[in-house]
Amino acid sequence: MQKKILLISRRAPYGNSTAREALDTALAASVYDQDISVLFMDDGVFQLLKNQHSQLIDQKNIASTIPALPLYGIENIYVHQNSMDERAISIEELVLDEIKMLNDDDVKHLLNQQDHLLSF
Amino acid sequence: MSTLHTINKSPYTNNTLNSCLRICAQNDAILLLEDGVFGAIKAAPAATELQSLTKTGVKIFALINDLKARGLEEKLAPNIQPIDYDAFVQLTLDHHRVQSWY
Amino acid sequence: MIFSLAVYSAPYSSQASYSAYQFALALLNQGHSLHRIFFYQDGVHNATNLAAPPQDEFNLQQSWQALAKQHNLDLVVCIAAGLRRGILDSGEANRYDKHSHNIAEEFTISGLGQLIEATVASDRLISFGN
Repeated sequence: MQKKILLISRRAPYGNSTAREALDTALAASVYDQDISVLFMDDGVFQLLKNQHSQLIDQKNIASTIPALPLYGIENIYVHQNSMDERAISIEELVLDEIKMLNDDDVKHLLNQQDHLLSF
Repeated sequence: MSTLHTINKSPYTNNTLNSCLRICAQNDAILLLEDGVFGAIKAAPAATELQSLTKTGVKIFALINDLKARGLEEKLAPNIQPIDYDAFVQLTLDHHRVQSWY
Repeated sequence: MIFSLAVYSAPYSSQASYSAYQFALALLNQGHSLHRIFFYQDGVHNATNLAAPPQDEFNLQQSWQALAKQHNLDLVVCIAAGLRRGILDSGEANRYDKHSHNIAEEFTISGLGQLIEATVASDRLISFGN
């Protein structure tokens, strides 16, 4: 039976390996045929910004990996609206077109549907 | 189908407790551990919010050895229950899933 | 109930991996089963056999090993995270032409998928990180 697993990614990209390693986990999860979703929250929303030139700091580009998620079967990608607002980021600035924006109550509801949370 | 939230950062230096409080739902519980126990003391940042949460039925706990290690036992805010690891294990079973905030 | 734990931070530098150990101890003492402890990110440092903390300090690496022996635990180190941080078994050391390997006994190296497998196989998955 499929389990519902939500990965919650809250760290900014590049300063710390957490954002990258969370994404790697999401990609690894795809072969297990579970119901995997990803939520970007707090500084995690910065991972979605367009125009990242990570090669300048010798790191792999997070923003180019994120659009691969749907190709790996992860279609439920959520972004916390309040985290975006606090950081003055608008949806046009993000690399993905197909994102679901969630407010606080939506996030509570999303968590309540999950079997497991992977906290990053 | 509730969530246990664990927080291990001091609210004096880190915003993570605030993020947790935004999405802590009605039947959820919160466990403060490691440096998170600094959020359990009277007059800590978010102390008021934590007290309000306890009135809505959210239970708040702090790991007792982490409190004692840091000399905080006497400073514990009301309505926050000190617990040990055995009770922590039980908490993870009383709730459906665990979100760890760091 | 079946538990799995994910450990994301190194021993000594932060308390998280110690908390994971205490949690593991408590759940095993209560008779629950521990399907896997998955060491990822800086958590791979829990698996080094080269740590030599002072005698009067808590030795978390040794404690994990003793617990694993006693309860036949599956302690898994993520290969990608381990390679990046220099936690290698003999196979990887040979493959990458390194002069030695350092993964402690009782720990094994495997892929990131083992974290997902553990999640699927368990009633509860708890993460300990910094």
